[in-house]
Amino acid sequence: MKNFHVAIIGGGVIGSSIAWELSKYKANIIVFEKGSDVASETSKANSGVIHSGINSPNGSLKARFCVEGNKTFQSISNNLGFPVKWVGKYVIAKNQDEVKELHRLKKVGKKNEVTGLVIIDGDVVNKREPNLTCFQALWVPTAGITLPYEMTIAFAENAAINDINFSLETKVLNLKKKNDTFQIKTNKGSYQSNVLINAAGINCRNIVSMLEEPDFNVYPCRGEYLVLDKKYYNLVNAMIYPIPPKKLGVLGVHITPTIEGNILLGPSAEFIDDSSDKKTTKNMMHKILKEAKEIIPNLTGKDIINAYSGIRCKLVPPEAGGLSDYKIEESKQTPGLINLAGIESPGLTAAPAIAKYVTKMIFKHSEFKKKKNFKTKKFRIKRFSEMPRIKQSKMIKKDNNFGRIICRCEHITEAEVIKALSNPLGAKTISSVKYRCRAGMGRCQGGFCTQHIIRIMKEQFNIDIKDMKLKSPGSNLFYGRNREEEND
Amino acid sequence: MGEIERKKMINQQVDIAVIGGGPAGLIAAVNAKKHGAKNVVIIDRNSWLGGILPQCIHDGFGVEELGESMTGPEYAEKYIEKVKQQNVNIMIETMVLQLNNKREIIAVNKKGIYKIKSKAIILAMGCREKTRWHAMIPGDRPSGIFTAGVAQAFINLYNIMPGKNVVILGSGDVGLIMARRLKFEGANVLGVVEILPYASGLPRNVVQCLDDYEIPIWFNHTITSIKGKERLEKVTITQVDKNMVPINGTERELKCDTLLLSLGLIPENELSKNANIEIDENTGGPIVNQNLETSLDGVYACGNCLQVYDTVDMLSIVSKIAGKNAAKHKKIKKQKNSINFVCGKGVRYVVPQKIDDAGMVNLNLRALKPSEKSILFIKKNGDELLRKKLPWVNPANMITVDMLT
Repeated sequence: MKNFHVAIIGGGVIGSSIAWELSKYKANIIVFEKGSDVASETSKANSGVIHSGINSPNGSLKARFCVEGNKTFQSISNNLGFPVKWVGKYVIAKNQDEVKELHRLKKVGKKNEVTGLVIIDGDVVNKREPNLTCFQALWVPTAGITLPYEMTIAFAENAAINDINFSLETKVLNLKKKNDTFQIKTNKGSYQSNVLINAAGINCRNIVSMLEEPDFNVYPCRGEYLVLDKKYYNLVNAMIYPIPPKKLGVLGVHITPTIEGNILLGPSAEFIDDSSDKKTTKNMMHKILKEAKEIIPNLTGKDIINAYSGIRCKLVPPEAGGLSDYKIEESKQTPGLINLAGIESPGLTAAPAIAKYVTKMIFKHSEFKKKKNFKTKKFRIKRFSEMPRIKQSKMIKKDNNFGRIICRCEHITEAEVIKALSNPLGAKTISSVKYRCRAGMGRCQGGFCTQHIIRIMKEQFNIDIKDMKLKSPGSNLFYGRNREEEND
Repeated sequence: MGEIERKKMINQQVDIAVIGGGPAGLIAAVNAKKHGAKNVVIIDRNSWLGGILPQCIHDGFGVEELGESMTGPEYAEKYIEKVKQQNVNIMIETMVLQLNNKREIIAVNKKGIYKIKSKAIILAMGCREKTRWHAMIPGDRPSGIFTAGVAQAFINLYNIMPGKNVVILGSGDVGLIMARRLKFEGANVLGVVEILPYASGLPRNVVQCLDDYEIPIWFNHTITSIKGKERLEKVTITQVDKNMVPINGTERELKCDTLLLSLGLIPENELSKNANIEIDENTGGPIVNQNLETSLDGVYACGNCLQVYDTVDMLSIVSKIAGKNAAKHKKIKKQKNSINFVCGKGVRYVVPQKIDDAGMVNLNLRALKPSEKSILFIKKNGDELLRKKLPWVNPANMITVDMLT
């Protein structure tokens, strides 16, 4: 049985940021992730927004970690090499009635020490956002966008190069606490740890219930999104939010530019029974479009290149409504078990601050010494497609695989795919490639590049055709060969 | 361009650059050579020439154009040989990144970045397949969903079996051919789901690929949901009404592990659009005149990036025009008064979209929907220029007529 100081369950943004924070110290740490890669659930399927802290009441953990996370975001992004863009956001009031809400949000924001908040008139907004008409808007300059999956992967890969173990496709089956250690049974064998971090996201309650009777419930709330083609890149400059619908405790369907130049519409909000049901529905697609059109009337609904959904982990039932706070605490019944429950929006923004907070909680059990040889590796410097021609020529001279474009829509090269598949986590699915270098994320949605990625997987990584997966254990792509290979 | 940049890039000067080495590009290049162009280059991003043809191992190619029936690879081979005989330069595994309005191409391959100046350019980029999101099919996002052409490449080029129990959505030609192909490989093809009351592929393919193998086709049906958290498990097919709206209560689940999408093809014109070439919204291709010249001087278009053809044979015949005119580019006198075609009742599109020179013009049209006994007429300022009786029309079958202007 393998012993660890700390075991983290869940390789989402929370588990991965905690792993990175802990990787600065001399300790033996493992992360269990049931998916084939980190960021395989809600951490990849959200708006990718860095929130400012105007939506959570002062004194809440949400407000505290959001504001703290927002302030450190730029430096972490610079360090780890995932993108961030401070595009700002408008919360729009369509009439005099809604203006009250703008003032309320501004007040909350001020209490949380969010800077630069200002309410401006519709005609001024219209000059900056020609496709938008509104009565008044609250301008939030400290809100930004990131790529949530790149952020999570950057945390995880940096943790991995600093010797944190990531065990992918590993499902925790049973937990026991004996004396002072946790006995962790998984589908990949048994492990032991002194401290157990429950960062299982939507499954956080299931993890708790393996050890004790949980004192909370989880109410999964699905949010669907639509992705628009890059040709709409100039539809909006900043994020555009409606007045939050109070009842559901969400921020409402908003229009979000992405780092890559697409536009996101969504998310919807729908409470569901099965927390693993990440389907998209016709009803919600219509609803999202309808609500997005209420913000930007000349939106057509044409050129949607993708749709997806993510599941929010809510701790209040729909009938109660409203916002609930994060539940981040060590179990009283089972010391050493640190639970992170209900980490919904603004979880992405809050993750770095949460990681620091949890590290302090762990130090109450055992304090680790700082590593001297802590390494930092930028996840992404610049894509080939973003380089000036002269730099591109240089790159090809260095490695001629930069001269082979394998993703026609996004101009991603063979070298970039090889690098993605050589990641320190050992993640090797089509999605692992997609979320690391963007091959397959363009308008043809993998029509051209899939066959090239498969060729590279076979030639460079010797992966058997039958073992190639789209995204998760069980999502195998093929049924083998039609006829025996002559050279096999 | 600065001095350093020039040193780092590989500069070339050619008479004609052909973007795309599929059938259209090959034929246009051969014909350009025949009409006197000296230095012709074909640029293709794949590691082979012939575009999609090498994966089309069924026969029926060449019947209309050459009078004999061949397989796709055989047909491609004929033109590849001609290209070689004519000493056309070939750049494979080379991607064109950019085209500007001065007929300069930026391309990349393993040797470096190229800047190719060209007297004339022929666009022959082909087309791509529509995805699940064009039809906005909701549901899960499992593995096992392929566009028909990608599945065809896996089976025929890579010796990979994509699935065992297959449903096909859309009755485009590639979908119909794949139904038969998968059957040959031992798959269980449950059926073809088509939202229209008729097939979008050629009638002969419905007979030869479905009827002959007793594969059902469900007209007026569509897929309304996809289920499967990891691999595809089932799809819901639902009947639609006259307005193509799903009828509640007609849903039925089909257990399958694979869904092929044959939803139609989109001309590839990212390069054209970025060079500000005018695009016809109805064809998805550049607006061209009778010489197949686009709105950008010296830039010609042919093949499936101009309009999606029914057969390679028809595409070949038209592509020759682009090659010939690109070779004569400097000699063609420009007329100022061009005539623009406006599509009337029952017509989805017409290519060329404009005429700016007197002479014989070959027009390609597509009907909006199938019907019997139609009359095609062309009017100019009230005068009827052409009137032709058509025994039947079908959007799947392109209509071609010659007209003297």
